[in-house]
Amino acid sequence: MIKKILTIFTILISITSFNSISYSIEPDVFVQSTVNRAASTLGGNLNKEQRVEELKKIAKETVDIYGVGMYSLGATRKSLTEEQLKTYNQVFENYFLKSFADRLAEYSNPIIEVNSKEKLNENYTIVSSTLVATDKRPEIKIEWRIYTKNPDAPLIRDLIIEGLSLARTQKEEFSSIIQSANGDVNALFDNLKNFSNK
Amino acid sequence: MRLNYNIRASMIKKITTILITTIALMVNVNASSDGELLLKKNNPAEIDDCWEGFNRASFALNQGLDKVIFKPVASVYRVLPTPIKSGVSNSLDNLSNVVTIPNNILQGEFSKAGVNTGRFLINTTVGILGIIDVASLIGFEEYEKEDYGQTLAVHGVGPGCYLVLPVLGPKTARDTLASTLNFMGGDAWYNITVANDTQHVSEFDYYASRVIAGVDFRAKNYDSIENLQKNSLDFYASVKSVYLQDRQQKILNSNQVIESMDDSDWEEIGN
Repeated sequence: MIKKILTIFTILISITSFNSISYSIEPDVFVQSTVNRAASTLGGNLNKEQRVEELKKIAKETVDIYGVGMYSLGATRKSLTEEQLKTYNQVFENYFLKSFADRLAEYSNPIIEVNSKEKLNENYTIVSSTLVATDKRPEIKIEWRIYTKNPDAPLIRDLIIEGLSLARTQKEEFSSIIQSANGDVNALFDNLKNFSNK
Repeated sequence: MRLNYNIRASMIKKITTILITTIALMVNVNASSDGELLLKKNNPAEIDDCWEGFNRASFALNQGLDKVIFKPVASVYRVLPTPIKSGVSNSLDNLSNVVTIPNNILQGEFSKAGVNTGRFLINTTVGILGIIDVASLIGFEEYEKEDYGQTLAVHGVGPGCYLVLPVLGPKTARDTLASTLNFMGGDAWYNITVANDTQHVSEFDYYASRVIAGVDFRAKNYDSIENLQKNSLDFYASVKSVYLQDRQQKILNSNQVIESMDDSDWEEIGN
């Protein structure tokens, strides 16, 4: 009887462990598959509008847009009302998707090789990759900050290009806009809206 | 007598162990706090933009100059054959060794000074005035430029205010002050071209090398600059952030963002 229970227990544990292993996605594999998706979109026969739409779809599925938005807002996020936060999240998402798609849509078939990964803690892994050189530009090192709190659904939170963080640059840019408007966060909202409507 | 000797020997051993451990811990603590201090002092978010009005005007002037001069020249330069561009870039890097090597020494990086001296000698001779990077081909470690601003930072001098100079672009007060050392004997290339009248090289060679370095930088970063400008809400603020992040990395001699980026802000953001 004990042997049977132990066997069932062992099988149950094995199945549970197997499931958790089989569904979790390694951050480097996640980055490579995201890059491959973007590359096939950029290298395909789509026109520019279709490309932009496809890239936005990829961004929505693979980037933690809410997290990037909160980080970019810096300490200001702590002083906003619920209503202001709601408005911000909405305008930031529109801004982010347009900016992301516009930046990438210019490239045709970029080749990115994933080289290594370094786990910072349970929540973050840095994946290192290289954008292969072309005749017009040198090789570029790109690191991806991957949010792994839910290992089954990792998300991109930052791109670090040659050591320069895009999220950090955006955060300092937002801070400058708010400061120039004497702390009025509506100036940032207006800028984000204007950019999205361009 | 023998017992006393054993006790004394044991005491000395214990004291020595405690002393060595304490010294080792102090060195570690100092290393850690020095690194953290350096990181904090040069954190872009901590650097004040004291002269923002002047800086923005200067930035606008530089953008105008870029539009009229640097961008058109860089757009022609970047379509030159790769071996020509690599040759120019290698040659400029090689020349910068005359500033990097004294700064390696001033920062106490004697082995790097040795490596860079070897690199300079090999590339200048076998590599035909630095056009071919022979040193890298035979396995010398990757070259990292150093300057007097980085040396002052390593010795604890803070960056001061952010400053945008006409033509020369973004700097910090410390780096501006430090760059004057190049004209006071700190740059051997300047000494033999401008400061002293030699028969082989002239002032023109110095200023031409500075202009070509500017064009080479602009061409290498052509797409990145265009992309940043097109997608920035405040291009001035973006350039400031990118410049100060880059400076922080160079002072720390690190390409690893995990060393130079404060993770605490990310940790606060859940999902």
